[in-house]
Amino acid sequence: MLLRLLGAIPTLLLVIVLAFLMVHAAPGGPFDDERVLPTDVAANIQAAYHLDEPLPQQFTRYMAGLLRGDLGPSYRYRDYTVSELIGSGFPISLQLGALAMALALLVGISSGTVAALKQGSMLDRVVMSFAMTGISIPVFVVAPVLVLLLAVKLQWLPAGWSGESGFAKFVLPVITLALPQIAYIARLTRASMIDVLGCDFIRTARSQGLGSKAIIRVHALKPAMLPVLSYMGPAIAAILTGTVVVEEVFGIPGLGQFFVRGALNRDYTLVLGIVIFYAALIISLNLVVDILYGFIDPRVRQR
Amino acid sequence: MKRSGGILLFVLVLAIIGPWLSPHDYLSTNFDDMLRSPGLSGLHLFGTDDLGRDLFVRTMLGIRVTLLVAVVASLVSLVIGVTYGAVAGYVGGRVDAVMMRFVDTLYALPFIFFVILLMVAFERNFLLIFVAIGAINWLDMARIVRGQTLSLREREFVSAARLMGVSTARIIFRHITPNLLGIVVVYVTLTIPQAILVESFLSFLGLGVQEPQTSLGALVDAGVNQMEGASWMLLIPAAVLALILMSFNFLGDAMRDFFDVRQTP
Amino acid sequence: MRSIRRLLFFLVLSGVAACGGSDDGRESLSVLNRGLNTEPESLDAHKARSLQAADVLRDLGEGLVSFTSTGELTEGTAESWEVSDDLLTYTFHLRPEAKWSNGDAVTAEHFVFSVKRLIEPATAAFYAQFLVDVTELRAIDEHTLQIMLKRPTPYLLSLLTHPATFPMHPGALAEHGDGFARPGKMISNGAYVLTDWVPGSVLTLNRNEYYWNNANTAIDEIRHHISSQETAEYARYRAGELDITSSVPTDNFEQVRRDNGDELHIAPYQNIYYYGYNLSKPPFKNSPELRQALSMAIDRELLVEKVTGRGETPAYSWVPPGVDNYEPTVFAYAPLTQDERNQIAQTLYAEAGYSKQKPLRLELRYNTNDTHKKVAVAIQSMWRDVLGFEVDLINEEFQVLLANIRDKEVTQVFRSSWVGDYNDAHTFLSILQSQNAANVPGYASEEYDALLLRAAEQADLDRRRLYMEEAERVMLADHPTIPIYFYVSKHLVKPRVAGWGDNVLDYHYSQHLSLKAAE
Repeated sequence: MLLRLLGAIPTLLLVIVLAFLMVHAAPGGPFDDERVLPTDVAANIQAAYHLDEPLPQQFTRYMAGLLRGDLGPSYRYRDYTVSELIGSGFPISLQLGALAMALALLVGISSGTVAALKQGSMLDRVVMSFAMTGISIPVFVVAPVLVLLLAVKLQWLPAGWSGESGFAKFVLPVITLALPQIAYIARLTRASMIDVLGCDFIRTARSQGLGSKAIIRVHALKPAMLPVLSYMGPAIAAILTGTVVVEEVFGIPGLGQFFVRGALNRDYTLVLGIVIFYAALIISLNLVVDILYGFIDPRVRQR
Repeated sequence: MKRSGGILLFVLVLAIIGPWLSPHDYLSTNFDDMLRSPGLSGLHLFGTDDLGRDLFVRTMLGIRVTLLVAVVASLVSLVIGVTYGAVAGYVGGRVDAVMMRFVDTLYALPFIFFVILLMVAFERNFLLIFVAIGAINWLDMARIVRGQTLSLREREFVSAARLMGVSTARIIFRHITPNLLGIVVVYVTLTIPQAILVESFLSFLGLGVQEPQTSLGALVDAGVNQMEGASWMLLIPAAVLALILMSFNFLGDAMRDFFDVRQTP
Repeated sequence: MRSIRRLLFFLVLSGVAACGGSDDGRESLSVLNRGLNTEPESLDAHKARSLQAADVLRDLGEGLVSFTSTGELTEGTAESWEVSDDLLTYTFHLRPEAKWSNGDAVTAEHFVFSVKRLIEPATAAFYAQFLVDVTELRAIDEHTLQIMLKRPTPYLLSLLTHPATFPMHPGALAEHGDGFARPGKMISNGAYVLTDWVPGSVLTLNRNEYYWNNANTAIDEIRHHISSQETAEYARYRAGELDITSSVPTDNFEQVRRDNGDELHIAPYQNIYYYGYNLSKPPFKNSPELRQALSMAIDRELLVEKVTGRGETPAYSWVPPGVDNYEPTVFAYAPLTQDERNQIAQTLYAEAGYSKQKPLRLELRYNTNDTHKKVAVAIQSMWRDVLGFEVDLINEEFQVLLANIRDKEVTQVFRSSWVGDYNDAHTFLSILQSQNAANVPGYASEEYDALLLRAAEQADLDRRRLYMEEAERVMLADHPTIPIYFYVSKHLVKPRVAGWGDNVLDYHYSQHLSLKAAE
């Protein structure tokens, strides 16, 4: 376990180096604007942020800061440090992502299982066509359509993100975000469940007279969850991508929005900070998934 | 399976010959004929957009571009992903660990940045969009395949092959890969729609194909902004997009059931 | 399945609860919700640059001079001032009752302190050279400030309404350093004080009880909501979450106009939308005929009527109409019909050495944006129809476009715009001086530079104006850019908001607004 954790360090380092090179390779700088600055003013600002130094020196400076836990000042939000921005954006993205993920797993797995059990039935078809619809419409269409219907026309839910509307402001973004994942997980669960139900050990269990509920709970669900578990990583990545759109459409001050803005504005430190933060997060989540994997499928653990 | 295959074929043929049947082209603007609703008048079957361009021809063009992007991208991701995942999963041990760490690294890299850099470094170009999308998607494929291989490898028939002294490469490609077919087929049919969706996400960010070229994603994106006044600008491309995505999905399901027939390893 | 049902029930419930919920006991406060289309990069007036930061800063701070809601200059922290006959010395008398949000008096020294910090290199201010013509700033006594100028600068008062020239509280800076522009730390001298700031979401401002004109400030709390997408902002406006929008969607604008009636405010705005030529490379280097041909072949009337359609005006000049003390010069061809222009354009195109057999091939770059895309597609088709050549449209991410424009290597024709910083033709004409950093086409004309220099030295306003108009005529004849249209400011304002005024600078101080009692 400790070894795996140590193994994550080179990965993280690689991510930092790659990300650093990539942000700096992108054309344009953080202080470029249509209102072009007089040369000496521009030079002065570059100097204030050490952007006039050679790249290796900037990298060393950045790494030194990183080791002290300092992610540097943001270039785009000049009154804030990157750590402050991550601290303000991440809890929101996390709530959003976690709620969407929970909703997706709950609805996805149960509807997928039901569809698999009743394979070919009307119910199966309904669930699957719903799932298809869910993955057939881009998030950036679903979001504005939902806003138009539920917020503008019916005025049931808020259209944007303002501090005080409580839990209600989560409803539309979470549904929008979860929809494609529900569809996806339902399909995966169904496919894998059908696979498992066709396996010998299930047939044996059946022939021994076990009821289908027991079969699902005791024997089928665990192995059938393997592809879904494998999919957790990508699902998190997809939700991250999704949050970008959703945060943009609903004006949610999460990390996704900061990231896109940061990238478009060449806010090097903010982008790097978020990349490093997410990289560390994803790496640890993957560790968790791997461990869970071994737990669910003992055969993996053997060697 | 026949039905969805038929629909896809029909859409494809229509996209190829459709533009020749129309008197309009995809790029001519007409400022006296903007936002015309669909119908026979002026022979604008799908109406016109906010610059007076014929939406029928543009939708057909969009279908071509989108399908091309999706299929090529999926092939790229399929080849890379299956090979990578099967090798990692079967060989296992340190190789697996290193290979999957690498995948983690790529995962941790921000997608939009990767794409922006690609777009800039090589100037905007069509082919690049395929490569970019394929290069993103193979990661998922590798993950899934590896996970599946991991459990396949412990099955009796693989152990038997190993005991009989069959070479690793042969086991991977003759014994493991065919058994991955089910999940891979299902996954590819999910990858094609995904690639289509990624393309539309790029269009949403304004990083897709260049005007006056278009794709279904770009048309839908433009349509969203017009959904109240000129609903057809959203509905038609969105319906076509959904139809294509669903057909791929149904096709995939049907193929899955078909492959499922072989149960004995 | 049961758990799903429970969850859905919960979701529905929470939605219902939110609808019924009220404003948690703060009902006594009047609150105005405004849209802001970009997050301010800083509320430190010296580190800010964007128009949006300035919008918020005008609520928080106050300069010597200010504007009324309709854009007339009016007294700010200074209650009066005198100008010397040579126009080189201004003496301002500050209001003795002017106070900071912590109760301290605003003194002349605070203005001096601020300007010193503005030009100090360590501050790294974007507007460091904003007051380049000021030679000295002196606090004569606590309430008297003197500004000495290098040359007559008729727009000085207009400059002094800009947040970069607002006073700063030395105590707040001493205590918090550069991080002072945050809720709880910031001390401001305007009608409002910053009380909350959620990056990416909302800035909350509350009444500054110590503000000298607090009695005439009607609204207690201002919330600037960041809403970067026009359509999303419009949705929030319609859902009743915003009282004022920062923009209005282009798409489907006709319906927006029909649906909103008097709530829609469209007004001329000091902002030009133009295409620049890269003058340092062929085909545009040394080819004024070609530059003129391309410019003439654009049907600007059609463009503003059919493509942008929000009341923009076609641009035949560089300086927008409505600028104080100036009558923009227009292209010589402006009175012709578009057909006549097209014929001349074709002749010029041929003279430049192009034809059907040997057509021009161009790249047109614009940054990712719906309106820019539509304009580019329209112009592409106009050039195709009139001159018969093909343009490759290249949509680039904004920072990439800016870098390309600056490098002058790959660009040929590119989209750009310019917003006036103050109400004077100088803010537009100066950027095409050969030494100006914002001169992105790389225009260099000795005659133009000389005329502008002459204008700058005039103390006589009429002569100054004539020199500037002549300079514009010289420049337009060279066609370094294609002026396309002048923007309009566009806002939606709920009927319950009173005191809104349209003006060419598009400044809308919250302190001028009030809320009508609910029906």
